Amino acid sequence: MCCMTHLSVERPSGTRLSRHLRPAILVSSLGLLLSACSLPSYGGYKGATTQGHDTHLLYAGLFTTAIVVGGITLSLILWSVFRYKKRSDAMPRQFQYHIPLEITYTVIPIIIVLLVFFFTVGVENRVDAVSSNPYVQVKVTAFQWGWNFDYPQLHVDVHGVTLQNPEMVLPTGKTARITLVSADVVHGFYVRQFNFSRYAQPGVINVFDLTVRHSATYQGQCTQFCGLYHAEMLFRVKSVPPAQFQAWVHQQQALGHDKVVAKQPSPIVKVRSTNSRTKI
Amino acid sequence: MTILEEKATAPAPAQSRPEPVHHAEPSGLVKWLTSTDHKVIGKSYMFTSLALMIIGGAMALLIRAQLASPHSSLLSFQQYNELFTMHGSIMIYLFVGPFAFGGLANYVVPLQIGAPDMAFPRLNALSYWLYLGGSIIMLLGFFTASGAADFGWVAYAPLSSAVNSPGAGPDAWIAALILTGFSAIFTGVNLVTTIFYLRAPGMTMFRMPIFVWNMLVTAILILIAFPVLTSALVMLYADRHFGMDIFSVKGGGVPVLWQNLFWFWGHPEVYILALPFFGVITEIIPVFSKKPIFGYKGMVFATLAIAALSTGVWGHHMFTTGVVLLPFFSLLSLLIAVPTGIKFFNWIATMWRGQITFTTPMLCAIGFLITFLIGGLTGMFLASPPVDFQMHDTYFVVAHFHSVIFALVIAAIGALYFWWPKMFGWYLNDRIGKVQFWLLFVGVNATVIPWYILGLHGMPRRVAVYNTGMGWHALNIAATVGADITGVSFLVFLLNVYLSWDKKVPAPNNPWDGTTLEWFTSSPPPTHNFTRIPPIRSERPVWDYNHPDAVAIPAHKSDNNDKHASPPTGASGDDGGD
Repeated sequence: MCCMTHLSVERPSGTRLSRHLRPAILVSSLGLLLSACSLPSYGGYKGATTQGHDTHLLYAGLFTTAIVVGGITLSLILWSVFRYKKRSDAMPRQFQYHIPLEITYTVIPIIIVLLVFFFTVGVENRVDAVSSNPYVQVKVTAFQWGWNFDYPQLHVDVHGVTLQNPEMVLPTGKTARITLVSADVVHGFYVRQFNFSRYAQPGVINVFDLTVRHSATYQGQCTQFCGLYHAEMLFRVKSVPPAQFQAWVHQQQALGHDKVVAKQPSPIVKVRSTNSRTKI
Repeated sequence: MTILEEKATAPAPAQSRPEPVHHAEPSGLVKWLTSTDHKVIGKSYMFTSLALMIIGGAMALLIRAQLASPHSSLLSFQQYNELFTMHGSIMIYLFVGPFAFGGLANYVVPLQIGAPDMAFPRLNALSYWLYLGGSIIMLLGFFTASGAADFGWVAYAPLSSAVNSPGAGPDAWIAALILTGFSAIFTGVNLVTTIFYLRAPGMTMFRMPIFVWNMLVTAILILIAFPVLTSALVMLYADRHFGMDIFSVKGGGVPVLWQNLFWFWGHPEVYILALPFFGVITEIIPVFSKKPIFGYKGMVFATLAIAALSTGVWGHHMFTTGVVLLPFFSLLSLLIAVPTGIKFFNWIATMWRGQITFTTPMLCAIGFLITFLIGGLTGMFLASPPVDFQMHDTYFVVAHFHSVIFALVIAAIGALYFWWPKMFGWYLNDRIGKVQFWLLFVGVNATVIPWYILGLHGMPRRVAVYNTGMGWHALNIAATVGADITGVSFLVFLLNVYLSWDKKVPAPNNPWDGTTLEWFTSSPPPTHNFTRIPPIRSERPVWDYNHPDAVAIPAHKSDNNDKHASPPTGASGDDGGD
């Protein structure tokens, strides 16, 4: 709610600014507003990525709005139910219209909706923003029923199979650009602490950034139903400090090199496990 | 015709007057098989869809039993996938919609507008038989070698392709939905024609009961949405069997086109399901508050606004595809809260300063308001793309739409208790009805609220097993208990039907002091509904007839000069929609 009072202060100054400055003001004021608000987490994750954290603040703001709007509506329902319980046979007055009241409860929801939309667009643009120079790029391929994590610039591939969770390693505090594709049907890339999911779809290449804030291992899972073993299509995201990430890359490169170099002169290295699980 | 015969036979003594030539009314099974009477077809629709609801509900209880423990082996993955697909398909395609626009609308609309039947009685019968045939074909999927369809009720391409989901079960699913799709379209045509052309003299558009208005708008939405679904299903069938490659990348097709077509039907469908029950509530609340509906015209415009917006919000099901224009679909989805909010406040203002009697229908109406409020508010989260990225395909979404659908189910139970005396001439027991209501209300919310928390804790939907370390076990047990309570409430309903039938309490024509035309005729109504009709001078003709001394409603303007009697502006001035 504090966000809304702040907004009414911001608005008049915004009208004097040029159209080009306005979005920048919006985004920065949004950041200020959201960080200034110390809302409870309402059972959600605070967001292990910077993008997920923005989403969480929006979620908390929406939840607060929902509590206020829902609380007022519910109180009115319960009040009418208990207060106007039948007490006599007297005929109640038969009124049907009250135009000012009806306009009031049309206009106020419109204002609330526009405010929600305003904050939504601000957060949406931040969550969807893709950095021009990410620290690392990962191509994630979803398939029935597992995940491949390829680091094309680093010549490291991590391949998973069903019932064995592959691990995507990311550098903490650095921007990772994820390119998400599917090898067969629609899948959902989702990590609960990231407050983020995106479909992996045949025919569509989805690109997004993840900037993990804290070093930890996170459980990820396919969320879009994709057939028989959907429930077991798991993966892990392990975020480590950049130095440790570099060490992991070198280790993977050496590992893959030892295995495949005899057969294949190409520097592209695959660490591939068997990928055979027949449909029962 | 009757008048002409009367004139011709006028000189003859009354007792020798020849009866109008009617074929002997068939009874029993023959009546049911051959009838084109909207009341018989409406009841057939209602009881077929209720039977299907019980089948779909039993599936839900199996699903909940599976999820009560993390690595349950009660069901195999294949069985689980078939069950949740068929549960969703039965409830959405075969229960809620057909119960509303096939059952309630069929029975109630002609009565409420003073018509003898639907405009196209034989088309109406065809609708029902297509629906019954489609429903049976869908269930027969379980008996095919491949098992029933197992790709979710949304059948996303390319999971629904011949390669990924081979077999006759998925084909049966597609065929069933093509049949029920045509059934819905025919019913839509029938309702629109009936409401436009068969209203009794005096029944202007703005004197129609809100239920009729809502059914008109629902029928128009059916005509907008269902042809798209039915065509998409034909395309899917052609993809599977004739190699059309409409939805496969390999042949140059576009898989995401399926999602666009499906949800272009799917979101109007939400309102095709909801608007009839908004109408039901709008009939029940004024009757048991002893007041006219507050803001009648506002209600009509809100319904029209919801319908118009609902055709432009399908992309909110596809926010995480990365290929829809997020702000457009977000804004339109959020805006639906405005007309829905108007409806809420109109319902509240209708109860305001009334004399409310808490019969089972009224309790159901209040239960609907509270459950739908939760569903509506959580819908706002999902209309905001970043928050949808967080919630999409988790149990939060499952909880959201179950809040909405369960609210409609509570309203459906209210509708049954409300119109049962009219349909059969005897009451359903009100005390058992109240027991049923409380079990249902507590049960559905005890199911749904743990789901919201599970969704926030990241449990994905449509999983047969989950890991113990995720913290989801206790909440799943709570949801299972809630689902079982919901199941018990329907056993209580069946018990109530039996007990009330066993010891019938006869109902008069107008047991609730109802205000609309169906309460003027006998209970149950005669074959062609009315032998006489009261003058229709407002949207409450039967009220006007029964309460000639009541002060007329101040017509279509606010009564600012009478501050004492107007609803308090201060209390509702500072709130918004859901």
